[in-house]
Amino acid sequence: MTQPGGTAPLLAVRDLKTYFVTGRGGGTARAVDGVSFELYPGETLGIVGESGCGKTVTSLSILRLIPEPPGHIRPGSYIEFDGRNLLTLAPRDLRAIRGNRIAMVFQEPMTSLNPVFTVGDQIAEAAVVHQGLSRGAARARAIDMLRLVGIPDPETRVDDYPHQLSGGMRQRVVIAMALVCRPQILIADEPTTALDVTIQAQILELLERLQAELGMAVMLITHDLGVVAGTADRVVVMYAGQVVETASTAELFAGPRHPYTEGLLASIPRLDRPADRLTSIPGNVPAATHWPAGCRFHPRCPHAWDKCRREEPPLLDAGTPGHTARCWLVVEPQRRRPAP
Amino acid sequence: MTAWLLRRLAASVAIVFAVLTLTFVLIHLAPGTPFLPSTDDRSVGPEIIARLRRQYGLDRPLPVQYLKYIGSVAHGEFGESFSQHRPVAQALADAVPNTVLLGIAALVIEFTLGIALGAYQAARARRRVDAALSHLTLFFYSVPTFWLGLALLLVFGQWLRWLPVGGVSDPIVHDTLPWAGRVFDTLRHLVLPACTLGLVGAAGTARYQRAAMLEVIHQDYIRTARAKGLSERRVLLRHALRNAVLPVITLLGLSLPFLLTGAVLVETVFSWPGMGKLAADAIFSRDYPVVTAAAILAAAMVALSSVVADLLTALADPRVRLGDGDAA
Amino acid sequence: MLRTWVSLAVLVAGSTGGAFALRRRCERTGRGRRFFRHPTATTGVAVLTFFVLVAVCAPLVAPYDPSAQPDPVGLQNRPPSWLHPFGTDLYSHDVLSRVVYGAQVSLGVGTLAMLVALTLGAVVGAIAGYTGRWIDAVLMRLVDVGIAVPRMFLLLMAVALWSRLPLGTLIVLIGVTGWFGTSRLVRAEVLSLRERPFVDAARALGARSGRVIFGHVLPNAAAPLIVSAALGIGHVMLLEAALSFLGIGVRPPVASWGNMIADGRDLLTIAPWISLVPGLGIAAVVMSLNAVGDALRDALDPREEAT
Ligand SMILES: Nc1ncnc2c1ncn2[C@@H]1O[C@H](COP(=O)(O)OP(=O)(O)O)[C@@H](O)[C@H]1O
Ligand code: SF4
Ligand SMILES: [Mg+2]
Repeated sequence: MTQPGGTAPLLAVRDLKTYFVTGRGGGTARAVDGVSFELYPGETLGIVGESGCGKTVTSLSILRLIPEPPGHIRPGSYIEFDGRNLLTLAPRDLRAIRGNRIAMVFQEPMTSLNPVFTVGDQIAEAAVVHQGLSRGAARARAIDMLRLVGIPDPETRVDDYPHQLSGGMRQRVVIAMALVCRPQILIADEPTTALDVTIQAQILELLERLQAELGMAVMLITHDLGVVAGTADRVVVMYAGQVVETASTAELFAGPRHPYTEGLLASIPRLDRPADRLTSIPGNVPAATHWPAGCRFHPRCPHAWDKCRREEPPLLDAGTPGHTARCWLVVEPQRRRPAP
Repeated sequence: MTAWLLRRLAASVAIVFAVLTLTFVLIHLAPGTPFLPSTDDRSVGPEIIARLRRQYGLDRPLPVQYLKYIGSVAHGEFGESFSQHRPVAQALADAVPNTVLLGIAALVIEFTLGIALGAYQAARARRRVDAALSHLTLFFYSVPTFWLGLALLLVFGQWLRWLPVGGVSDPIVHDTLPWAGRVFDTLRHLVLPACTLGLVGAAGTARYQRAAMLEVIHQDYIRTARAKGLSERRVLLRHALRNAVLPVITLLGLSLPFLLTGAVLVETVFSWPGMGKLAADAIFSRDYPVVTAAAILAAAMVALSSVVADLLTALADPRVRLGDGDAA
Repeated sequence: MLRTWVSLAVLVAGSTGGAFALRRRCERTGRGRRFFRHPTATTGVAVLTFFVLVAVCAPLVAPYDPSAQPDPVGLQNRPPSWLHPFGTDLYSHDVLSRVVYGAQVSLGVGTLAMLVALTLGAVVGAIAGYTGRWIDAVLMRLVDVGIAVPRMFLLLMAVALWSRLPLGTLIVLIGVTGWFGTSRLVRAEVLSLRERPFVDAARALGARSGRVIFGHVLPNAAAPLIVSAALGIGHVMLLEAALSFLGIGVRPPVASWGNMIADGRDLLTIAPWISLVPGLGIAAVVMSLNAVGDALRDALDPREEAT
């Protein structure tokens, strides 16, 4: 699945703009500002970027889960799924897709489960609503799902309440809940960030196994390129509400073309050198209300020159098909400064 | 669980005991005696008063009276009413059912209307309906209960003549009516007092429920529910409301003192022969045994209702387990 | 009469203008902006200011002596007219004048009794929270009892058993029966503050307990106290009205909004204005107190930003 080649995309996001109008004087946060990418059947697409880059807002926009107000998706944005624009779909049609054909797993397993319902109820609920399962069938389905996500003793666990489970178990429940209708797309927004390191690996392994078993496409959102390395086929790197680089995982790791991606790569802890996040990308993501002019990365970029401050680079073809980068260095490689 | 219940009940008994002591002390500190209602009344000579005082044991030392009183209360005896010339227990037995009827009707109005309004407002938060309802609930929350009672009485009882203006039943025809007719007659009399008490309570509950619901609506699990493809109705009524009523159940336990306070006024306005009116009348005629009994009963009801509210919370919220810690 | 209309117009203009000026000032300086963001805060401040001004300027606003009975036979229960904008009552009192002077009593009793309750609650709560151990246990059990008895029953007993209470005693009694909730609030706040560094520092510097409590702990617990004070005044006003309505609060001939409602009770059908007007007065003041209290709570609550 490295090269999507001729297959048609399952989901195509085109020029997505999601803005938040914050209270008096705060201005408009352009959280997602013209994002485009495709998701192909069966692949795992990694979406990577530091916290605050707009990853969560992008994923919520796909299912129109943005809280309105303060947020809104700008007209002109387009999200194609199954030949239709999700952004203009009638609420009823949209609901038929949510949780049924496109499902989500959220970052916080502690808070994304409803405390007053049993995990069995919550897992089966989507199937009850979308497929009209009976009570008995729902319970059986919930038990099946618990078994599928590797929870021991599912027949008794099905009646547990969320607070009775550990963090890792809860995230498995959340995954079971998302997969109960066998969706074609699973959007996993930082599914492991809130968990211990050992549990993180288990959950990633579980996602990989389930994808192989169920054949769905997975959008894996993370701030950690290391998570993407072993799991994703392709990677979309986001910065300041924009896509700054896309490539197959192998290419991205072998030859990143955007200085931001290089910084992210340098910050992955590796055996042969210590992770040094602070020196690899100095500074912080700026506020979404005040993106820098020109290249949005220029205040933090070691190579920035006048043009970067003046003109915003478009997504440029970076040689191999499917590899693009939003950086003037692609057309003016001589501007690259040698590492100190 | 059983241990918890026993501990809570013991605490309730202790509270009731303290209240009993308090009322006893208050009454005997107060100047004036029950058999001297007015100084102008010369028909009652001092020797008669002395005899009456002896008869009711008022001539004994206070500690003795106190112990005697506790002893008889422990046996379910509240003594004789001075003004009604019959056992206090009988007077209470007549009054309590009326107050319970009124209280339950008011509670039903308070909580169904309050929860529904609050939830509806939260679902329409910061729209025009929400703002309008916020002002309305603020008004009912701020209006004196008895004044609202008078206003309703004026409009529905006097001007429109839809409903009776007072009492618990029609004094003339009630007893001649068939069974269903009597029930209907009582219900007609119940409407205004119950609505007065209920509306004031509902306004408070609605304000509380709206805030609770707004807090719940922003929780992650509500987003999860939407992501499942549930209808907005199901998201709000099943996922949000179920969580947002939990704090309101606790409110149920706290609302009883207010309800009893309101009952004193509303029963007075509507001549509803309940505990509140009995207590108010007894206080004016210095009918000590009735006053004390009413206060004890009120305290017992309040203490019990907070136990019941905790039980209900534990039933509705799987995270709460009774017996973990004292606050449970 | 002209004086009444002019002074009323001035007071309305003054309180509205004052509220808006205050709001603009807050918006400019940034302090208190969150308070005025509350939808009903500005109205609440304006209404409250108006009634306080009316109470303060009562002699100026009231067209007649509130206890004057110019014509007990000919001028009974007159409906509102140009000379008596809110009508007259059974004794030919001018209702407007009584409402104006009643504002003094009702607002005064509300404020003073709340101050008594607040002081008691703060002191008991602070002592309980700060000292802990058995003192805390005893005080809090006491509070449990106080909360278990409906306040009305306590007051009814106390007020009715001592007939002919002077106003001052009534105020103290209302305050004494109303501090239980406040003390719990303050105690909780003190418990959470007790372990903070500045309290340790004060103690380390050798400050005495009383000094630590009143100089360091209580000022930090001020926010919830202010809110409960605003809501408390309204509560006390309702209570005073109820007691006066039952005939055991403020006694005629002194006018309070509560005893005015009681006066009109039996005349509801022929002269509803006697009861309706003071009732609306209470509702307006308590509403604005609640609105201001809500806005204060939102503004002083460090936790939530926007709901
Ligand atoms: N509910 C919201 N209200 C206002 N701004 C928001 C809201 N949600 C997100 N944003 C804005 O969008 C930006 C990107 O957020 P997010 O997509 O959550 O980042 P990421 O998931 O990449 O960490 C935030 O920095 C914030 O400015
Ligand atoms: S365009 Fe310029 S500033 Fe932006 S990433 Fe490339 S080199 Fe750096
Ligand atoms: Mg995120």
